[in-house]
Amino acid sequence: MYKIVEARSVGLNIKQFEIEAPRIAKKQKPGQFIILRLHEKGERIPLTIKCSNPAAGTVTIVVQGIGKTTSLLNCLETGDSILDIVGPLGKPSEIENYGTAVILAGSVGTAMALPTASALKQAGNHVVFIEGARNTEMVVFEDEVRAASSETYVMTDDGSYGEQGLVTKKLNELIAAGRKIDFVLAVGPVPMMRAVAQVTKPLGIKTMVSLNSIMVDGTGMCGGCRVLLGTQSKFACVDGPEFDASLVNFEVLMQRNTMYREKECASLKEFQEHKDEEVAELRAEMAAEEKHYV
Amino acid sequence: MCDGMPLPVNPIPLKERMKIVRTHMPELDARVRSQNFQEVNQGLVEADALTEATRCIACAKPGCVVDCPVGVKIKEVVALIHFGDFLGAAAKLREDNSLPAITGRVCPQENQCEGGCVLGKKGSPVAIGNLERFVADFERESGQLGLPENAAPTGKSVAIVGSGPAGLSAAGDLIQKGHRVRVFEALHEIGGVLVYGIPEFRLPKSIVKGEVDNLRRMGVEFETNVIVGKSVTIDELMQDEHYDAVFVATGAGLPVFLGVPGEHLNGVYSANEFLTRVNLMRAYDAEHYDEPVYDCRDKDVIVVGGGNTAMDAVRTAKRLGARTATLVYRRSEAEMPARLEEVKHAREEGIAFRMLTGPMEMVGDEKGWLTGMRCVQMELGEPDASGRRRPVEVAGSEFVLPANVAIIGVGTTANPMIQSTTPDLKTNARNYIVADKETTRTSKVGVFAGGDIVTGGATVILAMGAGRKAAKSIHEYLTTGLWELAAELAR
Repeated sequence: MYKIVEARSVGLNIKQFEIEAPRIAKKQKPGQFIILRLHEKGERIPLTIKCSNPAAGTVTIVVQGIGKTTSLLNCLETGDSILDIVGPLGKPSEIENYGTAVILAGSVGTAMALPTASALKQAGNHVVFIEGARNTEMVVFEDEVRAASSETYVMTDDGSYGEQGLVTKKLNELIAAGRKIDFVLAVGPVPMMRAVAQVTKPLGIKTMVSLNSIMVDGTGMCGGCRVLLGTQSKFACVDGPEFDASLVNFEVLMQRNTMYREKECASLKEFQEHKDEEVAELRAEMAAEEKHYV
Repeated sequence: MCDGMPLPVNPIPLKERMKIVRTHMPELDARVRSQNFQEVNQGLVEADALTEATRCIACAKPGCVVDCPVGVKIKEVVALIHFGDFLGAAAKLREDNSLPAITGRVCPQENQCEGGCVLGKKGSPVAIGNLERFVADFERESGQLGLPENAAPTGKSVAIVGSGPAGLSAAGDLIQKGHRVRVFEALHEIGGVLVYGIPEFRLPKSIVKGEVDNLRRMGVEFETNVIVGKSVTIDELMQDEHYDAVFVATGAGLPVFLGVPGEHLNGVYSANEFLTRVNLMRAYDAEHYDEPVYDCRDKDVIVVGGGNTAMDAVRTAKRLGARTATLVYRRSEAEMPARLEEVKHAREEGIAFRMLTGPMEMVGDEKGWLTGMRCVQMELGEPDASGRRRPVEVAGSEFVLPANVAIIGVGTTANPMIQSTTPDLKTNARNYIVADKETTRTSKVGVFAGGDIVTGGATVILAMGAGRKAAKSIHEYLTTGLWELAAELAR
């Protein structure tokens, strides 16, 4: 079991967890992720690592409550435990001194992009960070973003904070202003990443996107996370999660991500109706596991 | 039964024994079992086990032992059963096979022990697999486990990477030699292919758990959620965590797809994914477990392949309520590598077999969901490199089979995770680890490898055999400190 040493809310329905996982903390690099399972009957879900503290043996993840498992996870507090965590998975981000690097991150994607942005800045890049969110309540980690970047923009869909508009609006403005962009990383919802790719591909700007396909084991064993890059099939868990955006078939990614949509909705609805019982059951299992470990 | 005591002689005359008909393994009714995940084979009753053991004619040179990949002393085991000493038989089995309840269920006995049985030449061989299962189950249910005693601690420690059959059998042997043994598993449950691959109806999870618990009792340590190559490297295990030897038994985990158009459609699975969702993640019990799998109820499911994995997948689909569950194989039934019993069970359960059928393309609707598989009729031509007759397409014979789910079970290949993070570990062109056949030594001092990660996809018992060889060789290395390599590895 993996103890949560700190749980705190960082935005609307978005929570940050610092978890004891010494092996992962020691090895983690920007761009990598973990897979976790909350309880004996739970599913395995991938989540990106925001940062780690090798000395303390902890990793930090950021979770937006979207489906059943993420919603249940977000009910957990400091002192609770997670049954299984495995990682670090996937290839780390490629860090180079490109020149000017633009990072576009949507809401919770900001947490995933943060370590890569820091590393790029440290490598000597001029890092432009464009954070996008639906509204002011979903703007997360602004201070950390400012610290990790050389130039920061916050965009909200409804204009309730920062500038109104999508992240690609700001990207287009930078391009229109004649800014030389050498590298782009986009992390967020698939339509956002596809929109970024549509802007940068014709201009030949090297662009990476971090793909969130459905996974089971995360070690290359099941092939469920396969994505289409041109005509080639790649596994997001071991060949990614970052891929060259100009090659990614976003339509196939979106289609494959709908595979269990109906079940996910039904499962979430049921969870919301029995939330208190589910949380109580999970805590009871944690207590039983704790005993088992002693 | 004390060690060294000669076994009494079976008093029944040979001719009489040879007249006894092979006992029948009781099975769940095919109509019932094809709707649930309960174990198909119910196990021999005591009286039948006694009768079956009586059939053995105790050959001077038993072919069964020769043909067993781990050299179980079958003749002695069967004799002990005949005299009613079931616990003695189990203990005798455990001397060579630490997982008898598992191998009794999943070994392809017809090609191994039972294939070597002299009775099989004129009639039916002794049902060695059924007897093995009987004594292992008897021992477990009796609660009187004949666990062997461990030697005095040697102060040496061994890391085993992978908790499948190769890793578990090596662990069982090494702990007895007095070494500290820790098994690392990438998934959250111990057992490797025994828990993610082989379905409940063929190998109940409780049986695997029982065998793993036995190893725990013997002192073997297990650590789940560790991906060697990611969470920790082989070098770190040896340098930072001070393991004196490492046994790599990671299996051949990467799924092979067909490479035909349309394999990204929703509804197309690798057999690995489909079986992992259903077995490891228990998706068949959707009411209680969260991991989803495609709802096969009243749908058409096609499984491509002819081995045990394909057979497991197609029978699983049937149990999940598929309207049609069809096995598509490009050769003929004679070439199918699956165990005979699985083919028989599958037929009884209503699996349709479409032999000499080659998949050409996955066909889908406008939303990206699979609707069918375009296939071509094949015929058998000249033998290929595997010695089997090569399937050749029949021109103009294409047709579309309706399918909502297509599961690809045509084999697996090596996972490169360890090899890519261990530069001095020699691999071959297909990324399998190169290891000496007899000693399982690799190109890296102190590192051994065996099972599917060396041979490519094979069977549980062959992996266990490799695990035993590795244990013997690791023990030798740890006690002598000598590291000699076969010429092809030293280069």
